[in-house]
Amino acid sequence: MEEVKDKIVSIEKPELIAPPEWKPVIVGILCNWCSYAGSDLTGTSRTQYPPNIRIIRVPCSSRVDPWFIIKALQTTADGVLISGCHPGDCHYISGNYYARRRFLVTKELLKMVGFHEHRVQFSWVSAAEGAKFAQVVKKVTEDVVKLGPLHLYKKENFSK
Amino acid sequence: MARVGVFVCFCGANIADFVDVPTVVEEAKKIREVKFAVDYKYMCSDPGQQMIRDAIVQYRLTSIVVAACSPRMHEKTFRKALSDAGMNPYLLEVANIREHSSWVHQKDKKAATDKAGDLVRMAVAKSIANEQLHEISVPVTKRALVIGGGIAGIQAALDIADARIPVTLVERSPSIGGRMAQLDETFPTLDCSQCILTPKMVDVASHPFIELIPYSEVIELDGYVGNYKAKIRKKASYVNFKSCTGCGACWQKCPVKVPNEYNMGIDTRKAIYTPFPQAVPNKPVIDAKHCTMLLKGKCGICAKFCEKGAIDFKMTDEVIEREIGAVVVATGYDLWDATPYEEYGVGRYKDIINSLEFERMVSANGPTGGLPVRPSDGKVPKTVVFIKCVGSRDKAKGIEFCSKICCMYTAKHAILLHHKVHDSRAYIFYMDIRAAGKGYEEFVNRAQVETGAVYLRGRVSKIYQKGEKLMVRGEDGQLGQEVEVEADLVVLATAIIPDKENPALARLLGISYDKYGYLSEAHPKLRPVETAKAGIFLAGCTQAPKDIPETVAQASACAAKVCGLFAGDTIKKDPMVSTVNKDFCSGCQNCVKVCPYQAIVTEDIPLGHGAKEMRTVAKINEGVCQGCGSCVAICRSMAINLAGFTDPQIINEIVAI
Repeated sequence: MEEVKDKIVSIEKPELIAPPEWKPVIVGILCNWCSYAGSDLTGTSRTQYPPNIRIIRVPCSSRVDPWFIIKALQTTADGVLISGCHPGDCHYISGNYYARRRFLVTKELLKMVGFHEHRVQFSWVSAAEGAKFAQVVKKVTEDVVKLGPLHLYKKENFSK
Repeated sequence: MARVGVFVCFCGANIADFVDVPTVVEEAKKIREVKFAVDYKYMCSDPGQQMIRDAIVQYRLTSIVVAACSPRMHEKTFRKALSDAGMNPYLLEVANIREHSSWVHQKDKKAATDKAGDLVRMAVAKSIANEQLHEISVPVTKRALVIGGGIAGIQAALDIADARIPVTLVERSPSIGGRMAQLDETFPTLDCSQCILTPKMVDVASHPFIELIPYSEVIELDGYVGNYKAKIRKKASYVNFKSCTGCGACWQKCPVKVPNEYNMGIDTRKAIYTPFPQAVPNKPVIDAKHCTMLLKGKCGICAKFCEKGAIDFKMTDEVIEREIGAVVVATGYDLWDATPYEEYGVGRYKDIINSLEFERMVSANGPTGGLPVRPSDGKVPKTVVFIKCVGSRDKAKGIEFCSKICCMYTAKHAILLHHKVHDSRAYIFYMDIRAAGKGYEEFVNRAQVETGAVYLRGRVSKIYQKGEKLMVRGEDGQLGQEVEVEADLVVLATAIIPDKENPALARLLGISYDKYGYLSEAHPKLRPVETAKAGIFLAGCTQAPKDIPETVAQASACAAKVCGLFAGDTIKKDPMVSTVNKDFCSGCQNCVKVCPYQAIVTEDIPLGHGAKEMRTVAKINEGVCQGCGSCVAICRSMAINLAGFTDPQIINEIVAI
């Protein structure tokens, strides 16, 4: 199985070069107690980061259904960031562990159907880590910019 | 069809300077469902809220979007405005265009405006799927748990108990009193610390509404606000407190000597000990790590001399349970170990001590009978160098914050030194003197004038031994030259750090902490004593360094919060809980397994209308559910939804970007 996994490569086509006016859209799904509070702290401390992320608040990272990630990639997003509390610090005791497991499986699935692994990313950001949140967003945005616009499995491509 | 009202806030200049607010309003008006959109300078102000209330009535709105600051800030305010206008408060959505747009994209107004427009559109899309929700009432257990018996815990426990609410006070060490019991005199009045603390300690022990559980630790906390269940491990003391009279025969006869924590290890205590003479409760405990009877089965002298037969070597740890409604955490502080300051020779030179060790020496009940002495030869020092900010405000050594109390206690130490050794002189190396507080600046002036203490503004670069003396080489920044002081004793005002077990405790309680281990408050300015978890409050240095008056004030604030929480027979709980659609539930019970609160049980319902065959479905106890949503994401038949964060709401948000 490991060997098969290694052989899977992204089927995203690099020749689809981004038009100059293209700006990536990243959907950030953050847990209310750590990462969302952390992103608020980023704002309060006026730490600047790229303006491509659109943040959605959920109570816990374990609320994130793989469906959300897939739906985002199908419709509006070029990349997805899921962020929760650090391991052991979950406001709901163990939610972030479920989120982590679910995310790893989802990521494998997405890789298998051809998405580049940098399209979806996961991070731990606590309520005190405003600066870290800015760094995470910066990194995800840079990664997605490198990959270019996401055409794979976009719904409009199927309707044509 | 939904009729949404959009209200965009300028937040003074906070939003308006970096986001073109009128454009956001125009963009919002383009959305089909938006029937009304407007901007205003301060939406949270009374006229702003009035605009919302008026528009709800005038335009028959079905949901409201406020584009302003973080929902963590003013969601409650706006919800209240909605209910004042007769609308269900949960039909509100907040678009966070301040923390998530104007404040973080200050260099690109167009991008920030576009993003704000997107955020508003997302919130509108979500609000269309919002449902009317109603607060849930849950019963409340009127008993508070206070963790830590220092001055913070003592004050909180007394204030809560005075309101006739039962309190369980758990203290890790054999006696309450904490750090304050170790202090000699307190700034800025030079009150004797013990004299003002011990009456409070006795009050705790004798208060009819306080249950004091010393020598024990909280090991588990389950439940939710108003209905917590705590497990407390009472460590084996090997002394039966009921029959012990506290006569002291046992510890006088005990042959095993152990470094005395109360005196910062300057002298020794016995393996069976009371931490200090005024201890509450004044009953000895056996230190199992050092008692030879417990380690090797030899000795037992204490048992022989105990007339009451109170010594019981077979005692074991005991776990007790308490049902409680609220928790006050007051675990206090520790001193940072200054070993990383190699240039000072910490650990190499005996005559370098920290400020608590100095405090114990000058204390009348201390190991040296109230006289400062050099640990190396026992001589009384004539020249003492105090170095402030050792660790604190030093990013290179890992602690960036100011420990807040060192400026004041160092001034106090200079005065105490002068009182104890009249012909002595104190040299104080400082970075800044931070004496903000009632009577504090005057106190520092008093130290300088009365004792002739020499304040040198600058850092110490090196300490080295020269004969019996310690040579302290530093900088006098005001003269701009190097100085060298021949010192008999060096006292380091080391940084204050939180208790090392704070992270573990925070995990156990389900609250958050910062990178230093200080427990985090819900809001640094407006909710300084609450944590993000309802019903858990913080008092004292467990949250940040602070002095005694501030600690006491915060402890009393905690007590007020607890009393407020317990004022009614029920408490209101957010209606963001999961519900099961039984028609869809396949009875796989995956949700039962993932629920961290055991809020999901199963029930049997008839297979069809009037059928005799039964099938199993999940059932959620809404009082216990905390609304994390784990069960929603695990449910394979999509039978569970979380109110306020339903699948349609989140999908709407994603699609609307």
